[in-house]
Amino acid sequence: MQHGKTHITSYRTHGIILVLLLFLTTITITVTWLDVGRLSVGVAMFVACIKASLVLLYFMHLKFDELIFKIFAGMVILLLAIVFVITFFDYLFR
Amino acid sequence: MEQNHSTTHEHRDDTGSKLGMWIFIFTELLLFGGLFLVYAVFRAKYFEDFHIAAHQLNVFIGAVNTLLLLISSMTIAMSITAIQKNHKKFALLLLSITFFLAFIFLVNKYFEWGLKIHHHLYPGSDLVLTLTHGEIMFFGLYFFMTGLHAIHIIVGMTLIGYVMVQVKNDRINSGNFQHLENAGLYWHLVDLIWIFLFPLLYLIT
Repeated sequence: MQHGKTHITSYRTHGIILVLLLFLTTITITVTWLDVGRLSVGVAMFVACIKASLVLLYFMHLKFDELIFKIFAGMVILLLAIVFVITFFDYLFR
Repeated sequence: MEQNHSTTHEHRDDTGSKLGMWIFIFTELLLFGGLFLVYAVFRAKYFEDFHIAAHQLNVFIGAVNTLLLLISSMTIAMSITAIQKNHKKFALLLLSITFFLAFIFLVNKYFEWGLKIHHHLYPGSDLVLTLTHGEIMFFGLYFFMTGLHAIHIIVGMTLIGYVMVQVKNDRINSGNFQHLENAGLYWHLVDLIWIFLFPLLYLIT
Protein backbone atom coordinates (compact mmCIF):
# COMPACT_ATOMS: atom_id res chain seq x y z
CA MET A 1 0.00 0.00 0.00
CA GLN A 2 1.80 3.12 1.16
CA HIS A 3 4.82 1.23 2.46
CA GLY A 4 7.08 2.83 -0.06
CA LYS A 5 6.30 6.27 1.27
CA THR A 6 6.61 5.51 5.00
CA HIS A 7 9.42 7.52 6.50
CA ILE A 8 11.34 6.06 9.41
CA THR A 9 12.91 8.63 11.71
CA SER A 10 16.15 7.23 13.07
CA TYR A 11 16.80 6.79 16.81
CA ARG A 12 19.66 9.22 16.41
CA THR A 13 17.42 12.02 15.06
CA HIS A 14 15.09 11.60 18.04
CA GLY A 15 18.09 11.81 20.37
CA ILE A 16 19.39 14.99 18.72
CA ILE A 17 15.96 16.63 18.95
CA LEU A 18 15.75 15.78 22.68
CA VAL A 19 19.21 17.29 23.30
CA LEU A 20 18.12 20.46 21.45
CA LEU A 21 14.90 20.64 23.47
CA LEU A 22 16.80 20.25 26.76
CA PHE A 23 19.34 22.87 25.68
CA LEU A 24 16.54 25.32 24.84
CA THR A 25 14.89 24.65 28.22
CA THR A 26 18.19 25.51 29.94
CA ILE A 27 18.30 28.78 27.99
CA THR A 28 14.80 29.73 29.15
CA ILE A 29 15.62 29.02 32.81
CA THR A 30 18.96 30.86 32.60
CA VAL A 31 17.36 33.94 31.05
CA THR A 32 14.89 34.04 33.93
CA TRP A 33 17.73 33.91 36.44
CA LEU A 34 19.60 36.68 34.64
CA ASP A 35 16.50 38.79 35.17
CA VAL A 36 16.36 40.92 32.05
CA GLY A 37 13.01 42.42 33.00
CA ARG A 38 10.07 42.45 30.62
CA LEU A 39 12.31 41.20 27.83
CA SER A 40 12.42 37.75 29.49
CA VAL A 41 8.77 37.08 28.54
CA GLY A 42 9.60 37.65 24.90
CA VAL A 43 12.67 35.40 25.07
CA ALA A 44 10.73 32.69 26.94
CA MET A 45 7.92 32.72 24.38
CA PHE A 46 10.33 32.79 21.45
CA VAL A 47 12.23 29.77 22.82
CA ALA A 48 8.94 28.00 23.59
CA CYS A 49 7.85 28.51 19.97
CA ILE A 50 11.10 26.99 18.69
CA LYS A 51 10.65 24.02 21.05
CA ALA A 52 7.03 23.59 19.91
CA SER A 53 8.16 23.66 16.26
CA LEU A 54 10.75 20.95 16.94
CA VAL A 55 8.12 18.76 18.62
CA LEU A 56 5.61 19.37 15.81
CA LEU A 57 8.05 18.82 12.96
CA TYR A 58 10.05 15.86 14.25
CA PHE A 59 8.30 14.10 17.15
CA MET A 60 4.86 14.64 15.62
CA HIS A 61 6.33 13.83 12.24
CA LEU A 62 4.78 16.83 10.49
CA LYS A 63 7.93 17.43 8.46
CA PHE A 64 7.53 14.06 6.72
CA ASP A 65 3.73 14.05 6.47
CA GLU A 66 1.60 14.84 3.47
CA LEU A 67 1.00 18.48 2.62
CA ILE A 68 -2.59 18.48 3.93
CA PHE A 69 -1.38 17.98 7.53
CA LYS A 70 1.04 20.88 7.27
CA ILE A 71 -1.64 23.16 5.83
CA PHE A 72 -4.11 22.21 8.57
CA ALA A 73 -1.58 22.73 11.36
CA GLY A 74 -0.49 26.03 9.86
CA MET A 75 -4.07 27.26 9.64
CA VAL A 76 -4.82 26.38 13.27
CA ILE A 77 -1.70 28.21 14.44
CA LEU A 78 -2.68 31.17 12.26
CA LEU A 79 -6.20 31.12 13.72
CA LEU A 80 -4.79 31.18 17.27
CA ALA A 81 -2.46 34.02 16.35
CA ILE A 82 -5.33 36.05 14.83
CA VAL A 83 -7.48 35.53 17.93
CA PHE A 84 -4.63 36.72 20.15
CA VAL A 85 -3.90 39.78 18.01
CA ILE A 86 -7.57 40.81 17.75
CA THR A 87 -8.13 40.36 21.49
CA PHE A 88 -5.12 42.49 22.33
CA PHE A 89 -6.13 45.18 19.84
CA ASP A 90 -9.49 45.30 21.56
CA TYR A 91 -7.97 45.19 25.02
CA LEU A 92 -5.23 47.76 24.48
CA PHE A 93 -7.25 50.36 22.53
CA ARG A 94 -10.64 50.28 24.19
CA MET B 1 -1.52 -6.64 -3.24
CA GLU B 2 -4.46 -8.83 -2.26
CA GLN B 3 -2.20 -11.86 -2.48
CA ASN B 4 0.50 -10.40 -0.26
CA HIS B 5 -1.87 -9.22 2.39
CA SER B 6 -4.59 -11.83 1.99
CA THR B 7 -4.34 -13.14 5.54
CA THR B 8 -3.98 -9.80 7.29
CA HIS B 9 -5.86 -7.57 4.90
CA GLU B 10 -8.54 -5.44 6.44
CA HIS B 11 -10.27 -2.23 5.54
CA ARG B 12 -8.40 0.58 7.08
CA ASP B 13 -7.46 4.12 6.19
CA ASP B 14 -4.31 5.17 8.00
CA THR B 15 -4.26 8.67 6.56
CA GLY B 16 -7.90 9.19 7.51
CA SER B 17 -7.20 7.88 11.00
CA LYS B 18 -4.27 10.23 11.41
CA LEU B 19 -6.24 13.16 10.01
CA GLY B 20 -9.00 12.48 12.55
CA MET B 21 -6.43 12.50 15.35
CA TRP B 22 -4.96 15.78 14.12
CA ILE B 23 -8.38 17.42 13.93
CA PHE B 24 -9.00 16.34 17.52
CA ILE B 25 -5.62 17.77 18.49
CA PHE B 26 -6.60 21.07 16.85
CA THR B 27 -9.70 21.28 19.04
CA GLU B 28 -7.46 20.66 22.06
CA LEU B 29 -5.11 23.42 20.93
CA LEU B 30 -8.04 25.82 20.65
CA LEU B 31 -9.27 24.77 24.11
CA PHE B 32 -5.91 25.51 25.71
CA GLY B 33 -5.45 28.49 23.40
CA GLY B 34 -8.51 30.07 24.98
CA LEU B 35 -7.01 29.59 28.44
CA PHE B 36 -3.70 31.04 27.32
CA LEU B 37 -5.61 34.03 25.99
CA VAL B 38 -7.28 34.57 29.38
CA TYR B 39 -3.85 34.24 30.97
CA ALA B 40 -2.30 36.76 28.57
CA VAL B 41 -4.96 39.42 29.07
CA PHE B 42 -4.96 39.15 32.86
CA ARG B 43 -1.20 39.05 33.02
CA ALA B 44 -1.08 42.25 31.00
CA LYS B 45 -3.64 43.77 33.35
CA TYR B 46 -2.16 42.54 36.67
CA PHE B 47 1.52 42.34 35.78
CA GLU B 48 2.85 42.89 39.34
CA ASP B 49 0.34 40.55 41.00
CA PHE B 50 1.23 37.71 38.64
CA HIS B 51 4.90 38.19 39.47
CA ILE B 52 4.32 38.08 43.20
CA ALA B 53 1.99 35.09 43.01
CA ALA B 54 4.38 33.12 40.77
CA HIS B 55 6.98 33.27 43.56
CA GLN B 56 4.90 30.63 45.33
CA LEU B 57 5.58 28.08 42.59
CA ASN B 58 8.53 25.74 42.79
CA VAL B 59 10.71 26.24 39.70
CA PHE B 60 12.67 23.08 40.50
CA ILE B 61 9.62 20.79 40.40
CA GLY B 62 8.43 22.56 37.26
CA ALA B 63 11.81 22.05 35.59
CA VAL B 64 11.92 18.37 36.60
CA ASN B 65 8.46 17.86 35.13
CA THR B 66 9.56 19.58 31.92
CA LEU B 67 12.50 17.19 31.74
CA LEU B 68 10.22 14.18 32.32
CA LEU B 69 7.79 15.22 29.59
CA LEU B 70 10.51 15.99 27.03
CA ILE B 71 12.19 12.62 27.60
CA SER B 72 8.86 10.77 27.50
CA SER B 73 8.01 12.53 24.25
CA MET B 74 11.22 11.22 22.76
CA THR B 75 10.72 7.66 24.04
CA ILE B 76 7.22 7.39 22.54
CA ALA B 77 8.46 8.85 19.24
CA MET B 78 11.29 6.30 19.31
CA SER B 79 8.84 3.47 19.97
CA ILE B 80 7.31 4.15 16.53
CA THR B 81 10.77 3.81 14.99
CA ALA B 82 11.24 0.57 16.93
CA ILE B 83 7.92 -0.84 15.66
CA GLN B 84 8.75 0.17 12.10
CA LYS B 85 12.06 -1.69 12.44
CA ASN B 86 10.31 -4.71 13.99
CA HIS B 87 12.07 -4.21 17.34
CA LYS B 88 9.02 -5.23 19.34
CA LYS B 89 10.75 -5.73 22.70
CA PHE B 90 12.52 -2.38 22.45
CA ALA B 91 9.25 -0.68 21.51
CA LEU B 92 7.58 -2.16 24.59
CA LEU B 93 10.50 -1.02 26.77
CA LEU B 94 10.26 2.52 25.36
CA LEU B 95 6.50 2.61 25.94
CA SER B 96 6.99 1.38 29.51
CA ILE B 97 9.50 4.17 30.12
CA THR B 98 7.02 6.70 28.70
CA PHE B 99 4.29 5.39 30.97
CA PHE B 100 6.60 5.44 33.99
CA LEU B 101 7.76 9.04 33.31
CA ALA B 102 4.14 10.13 32.97
CA PHE B 103 3.40 8.53 36.33
CA ILE B 104 6.33 10.32 37.99
CA PHE B 105 5.04 13.59 36.51
CA LEU B 106 1.72 13.00 38.25
CA VAL B 107 3.45 12.11 41.54
CA ASN B 108 5.35 15.43 41.38
CA LYS B 109 2.10 17.22 40.60
CA TYR B 110 0.47 15.54 43.60
CA PHE B 111 3.16 16.77 45.97
CA GLU B 112 3.19 20.22 44.34
CA TRP B 113 -0.57 20.68 44.63
CA GLY B 114 -0.58 19.05 48.08
CA LEU B 115 1.90 21.61 49.38
CA LYS B 116 -0.10 24.49 47.88
CA ILE B 117 -3.31 23.23 49.43
CA HIS B 118 -1.49 22.69 52.73
CA HIS B 119 -0.45 26.36 52.62
CA HIS B 120 -4.11 27.28 51.94
CA LEU B 121 -3.27 28.40 48.42
CA TYR B 122 -6.17 27.03 46.41
CA PRO B 123 -9.02 28.82 44.64
CA GLY B 124 -11.64 30.01 47.09
CA SER B 125 -9.57 29.40 50.25
CA ASP B 126 -9.72 31.94 53.09
CA LEU B 127 -6.14 33.00 52.41
CA VAL B 128 -6.51 33.37 48.63
CA LEU B 129 -9.65 35.47 49.03
CA THR B 130 -7.62 38.05 51.00
CA LEU B 131 -5.15 38.44 48.11
CA THR B 132 -5.34 40.96 45.26
CA HIS B 133 -7.45 40.34 42.12
CA GLY B 134 -4.40 39.50 40.05
CA GLU B 135 -3.09 36.94 42.55
CA ILE B 136 -6.52 35.28 42.76
CA MET B 137 -6.58 35.10 38.96
CA PHE B 138 -3.07 33.63 38.89
CA PHE B 139 -3.86 30.84 41.32
CA GLY B 140 -7.18 30.17 39.60
CA LEU B 141 -5.46 29.85 36.24
CA TYR B 142 -2.58 27.85 37.74
CA PHE B 143 -4.90 25.24 39.22
CA PHE B 144 -7.23 25.15 36.23
CA MET B 145 -4.56 24.93 33.54
CA THR B 146 -2.25 22.47 35.31
CA GLY B 147 -5.33 20.48 36.41
CA LEU B 148 -6.67 20.25 32.86
CA HIS B 149 -3.18 19.36 31.71
CA ALA B 150 -2.95 16.62 34.38
CA ILE B 151 -6.26 15.14 33.14
CA HIS B 152 -4.64 14.97 29.70
CA ILE B 153 -1.66 13.16 31.26
CA ILE B 154 -4.05 10.55 32.71
CA VAL B 155 -5.81 10.14 29.34
CA GLY B 156 -2.41 9.88 27.65
CA MET B 157 -1.32 7.17 30.11
CA THR B 158 -4.52 5.25 29.33
CA LEU B 159 -3.75 5.45 25.61
CA ILE B 160 -0.14 4.38 26.16
CA GLY B 161 -1.34 1.42 28.24
CA TYR B 162 -3.78 0.51 25.44
CA VAL B 163 -1.16 0.57 22.69
CA MET B 164 1.26 -1.40 24.90
CA VAL B 165 -1.29 -4.24 25.06
CA GLN B 166 -1.80 -3.99 21.29
CA VAL B 167 1.95 -4.13 20.64
CA LYS B 168 2.21 -7.12 22.98
CA ASN B 169 -0.57 -8.92 21.07
CA ASP B 170 1.03 -8.05 17.72
CA ARG B 171 -2.05 -6.08 16.73
CA ILE B 172 0.33 -3.17 16.30
CA ASN B 173 3.24 -4.25 14.09
CA SER B 174 5.56 -2.87 11.44
CA GLY B 175 2.73 -2.99 8.89
CA ASN B 176 0.02 -1.50 11.07
CA PHE B 177 1.01 1.04 13.67
CA GLN B 178 -1.45 3.88 13.16
CA HIS B 179 -2.89 3.47 16.68
CA LEU B 180 0.57 3.83 18.13
CA GLU B 181 1.17 6.92 16.02
CA ASN B 182 -2.11 8.47 17.16
CA ALA B 183 -1.33 7.75 20.81
CA GLY B 184 2.07 9.32 20.19
CA LEU B 185 0.47 12.41 18.67
CA TYR B 186 -1.74 12.80 21.72
CA TRP B 187 1.24 12.45 24.03
CA HIS B 188 3.20 15.07 22.10
CA LEU B 189 0.22 17.41 22.45
CA VAL B 190 0.50 17.04 26.23
CA ASP B 191 4.20 17.88 25.92
CA LEU B 192 3.45 20.81 23.59
CA ILE B 193 1.07 22.42 26.09
CA TRP B 194 3.56 22.01 28.93
CA ILE B 195 6.27 23.70 26.83
CA PHE B 196 4.16 26.90 27.11
CA LEU B 197 2.75 26.33 30.59
CA PHE B 198 6.14 25.95 32.25
CA PRO B 199 7.66 29.34 31.36
CA LEU B 200 4.33 31.17 31.69
CA LEU B 201 3.47 29.88 35.17
CA TYR B 202 6.82 29.10 36.78
CA LEU B 203 9.35 31.43 35.19
CA ILE B 204 7.79 34.87 35.50
CA THR B 205 9.24 35.88 38.88
